[in-house]
Amino acid sequence: MIRTIEQLNAVKEKSAEVVSTRVNKIDRGYKDVLVCGGTGCTSSGSAKLIKILEDEIKKNGIEEKINIVKTGCFGLCVLGPIMMVYPEGTFYSKVEAGQIPQIVESHLKNGVPVKEFLYSETVNGDEIGTLDDTSFYKKQHRVALRNCGVINPEHIEEYIARDGYQAIYKVLTSMTPDDVIQTLLDSGLRGRGGGGFPTGLKWKFAKASVNEQKYVCCNADEGDPGAFMDRSVLEGDPHAVIEAMEIAGFAIGANQGYIYVRAEYPIAVERLEIAIKQAEEEGLLGDDIFGTGFSFHIGLRLGAGAFVCGEETALMTSIEGNRGEPRPRPPFPAVKGLFEKPTILNNVETYANVCQIILNGAQWFAGMGTEKSKGTKVFALGGKIRNTGLVEVPMGTTLREVIEEIGGGIPNGKKFKAAQTGGPSGGCIPPEHLDVPIDYDNLIFIGSMMGSGGLIVMDEDNCMVDIAKFFLDFTVDESCGKCTACRIGTKRLYEILTKITEGKGTLEDLDKLEELCYYIKENALCGLGQTAPNPVLSTLRYFRDEYIAHVVDKRCPAGVCKELLTIRILPEKCKGCSLCSRKCPVNAISGKIGSPYVVDHSKCLKCGVCMANCKFNAIVMD
Amino acid sequence: MVLEKSSVPFFGTAEQKKRLMAVISEHKDEKGALMPILQKAQDIYGYLPIEVQQIIADEMDIPLEKVYGVVTFYAQFSTHPKGRYRISVCLGTACYVKGSGDIFNRLVERLGINGGEITPDGKFSLDACRCIGACGLAPVMTINDDVYGRLTVDDVDRILDKYN
Ligand SMILES: Cc1cc2nc3c(=O)[nH]c(=O)nc-3n(C[C@H](O)[C@H](O)[C@H](O)COP(=O)(O)O)c2cc1C
Ligand code: FES
Repeated sequence: MIRTIEQLNAVKEKSAEVVSTRVNKIDRGYKDVLVCGGTGCTSSGSAKLIKILEDEIKKNGIEEKINIVKTGCFGLCVLGPIMMVYPEGTFYSKVEAGQIPQIVESHLKNGVPVKEFLYSETVNGDEIGTLDDTSFYKKQHRVALRNCGVINPEHIEEYIARDGYQAIYKVLTSMTPDDVIQTLLDSGLRGRGGGGFPTGLKWKFAKASVNEQKYVCCNADEGDPGAFMDRSVLEGDPHAVIEAMEIAGFAIGANQGYIYVRAEYPIAVERLEIAIKQAEEEGLLGDDIFGTGFSFHIGLRLGAGAFVCGEETALMTSIEGNRGEPRPRPPFPAVKGLFEKPTILNNVETYANVCQIILNGAQWFAGMGTEKSKGTKVFALGGKIRNTGLVEVPMGTTLREVIEEIGGGIPNGKKFKAAQTGGPSGGCIPPEHLDVPIDYDNLIFIGSMMGSGGLIVMDEDNCMVDIAKFFLDFTVDESCGKCTACRIGTKRLYEILTKITEGKGTLEDLDKLEELCYYIKENALCGLGQTAPNPVLSTLRYFRDEYIAHVVDKRCPAGVCKELLTIRILPEKCKGCSLCSRKCPVNAISGKIGSPYVVDHSKCLKCGVCMANCKFNAIVMD
Repeated sequence: MVLEKSSVPFFGTAEQKKRLMAVISEHKDEKGALMPILQKAQDIYGYLPIEVQQIIADEMDIPLEKVYGVVTFYAQFSTHPKGRYRISVCLGTACYVKGSGDIFNRLVERLGINGGEITPDGKFSLDACRCIGACGLAPVMTINDDVYGRLTVDDVDRILDKYN
């Protein structure tokens, strides 16, 4: 049990020494082997690697000298499974089971890194660099992710070693709730869940509501498909969220918290359960924390796969055990939220910044970022980009820096077409806006939004009409059905988009599409419906020529919309072998042996069997 | 109300019922207990047939309509049984732009069933999901607890053969 600051500091000192091997690269006579245990690397087999690693270490009789640490996500998911060896900080990527014996014997036992298994960017002749030297890491600045990939999230002492639970001590013993709120206001922290509402202001409203029962909630629903920042924070540093929720509880006068997590995140749920249990056992969560009389409890609630439950009022309805339908606002949750009591809801990443702001001061945080968006933002980089993974950069970094420098650009020599931010509520950003500094206001200005941080890169092979249709398919699916504008409006949008992708659209449809978009935006009940038309509006704004190509020329320039494609046999390449004609299931190809074959478009199903079988690459679909 | 009844007859064991009752009495008095109870009930039975919903409604003393309303609202709750091998293809944005739609279509073709359905022999069920958080490995699908990443359409056949 930790009841005093002396006890907390004693744990801190002891474990700080343990983590100094990896944090400060101090050689204390043994090695730390860090293996990523996040979802990405676990999916690519890291759990099995740990087992093999343990066996090999035993075989070599060096158990005493090696400390295996299962961490959260390092960020570079594309290179997983990832393994780091400290104090050197060498970086093995895409580690395979068969490589482990050699790594253990050569590196862990005899101190000679196995160069050919290291991440190639860190090897320069005889010099071996670390993760920090890669272009992926250089421009990053880690605040919310500071402990991810550094500590073992299942050991509370490692969090304590990294100043864990110092912030709640400081708050409870030397600050008033108003001080806490003022610090957050001064820091300029805005909500990372999408809206960008000032966190201090939200807490101020909730504090002002008079009620003996209030609640603190954490939104870990992470509904944007293609985003995984919040998951990584929970998997890599769960205590940071727990401690911040305690601080929020102190600030607004609440003693009960709920974390609402997506059920699709089993590892995050498990780590949270462990973290809550450990914090309770240490007395850092529960009754009378640090003997100050302040009590705070946290319950976990699992979502059940409904996107709308990320919306604040729907999330609360869901925790109450109902269909997760949103409620009209006002009353705002700060007045009447969960179980009709004053409630604050913040996003995981928002909480992950709070303890650092308390410890380092508002000025420190306000020193990063742009005028109206302070601090850093975590993005989940995905899609057509080399370094898919997690990146945290100061607000105001340009998209170009994120995509080209950190992300390593587009693979396979393809051309960048658009970056999608804000998920189903956001928009597509075209090449001409790549140099816009990323912050809340700029992204809205160019027709997208920050969202929670999903950043999907698309190249010339992606059809923007198809992408708009993809997002509408999502919202049609996820609309809760409570309001007509969203329930029926999104369905009509989807139908018009389908018509266009099938080559049956008209120019008039484009106008109808736009008109309907504005109608839905104005009339939908909650944020889901109000933002659902954004993917359509932004693609119409920046990629109108692609829409025109579909409706006027009946052509899909990216070659995605199947109905608009035709299969052609290139006469200059066709040898007349007749294979395609024999493979075609509907006898749509005919010709004479030895001379070029032709496709009968009235029969062709565009199944692609002919293309797959042609030995001369003579068949194309465009 | 028209209840969606599964075409497969319900066989619950006494053991399952005992576990369900234990879960209900453990959570019954919590605020907002219905969701956690349904989640655990689905763990026990694999799905939530109307018979199980009825037990929960009776024991919690709430109308069946309320239980049914919640069950049908959330994508994770299923009123139909799942296959022995539950295939789930990620149609999240990161996976979609990297071609997971083609993976899904290939599975539809191979298994002869649509999303949300189960093969007649009860072996495979197919679903689409939205992002399991492994976007770095896109496109991704899962079969029970195994995750398959960086897929191509050709991989699908190879992987399915493993389960035959
Ligand atoms: C349809 C919809 C889905 C949302 N999904 C999420 C989500 O998955 N995660 C999240 O943190 N916020 C989500 N939000 C925003 C929340 O309503 C809320 O503004 C946010 O959690 C507040 O926390 P913050 O101020 O720390 O950002 C969503 C909003 C809407 C309208
Ligand atoms: S989009 Fe498929 S795992 Fe995230």
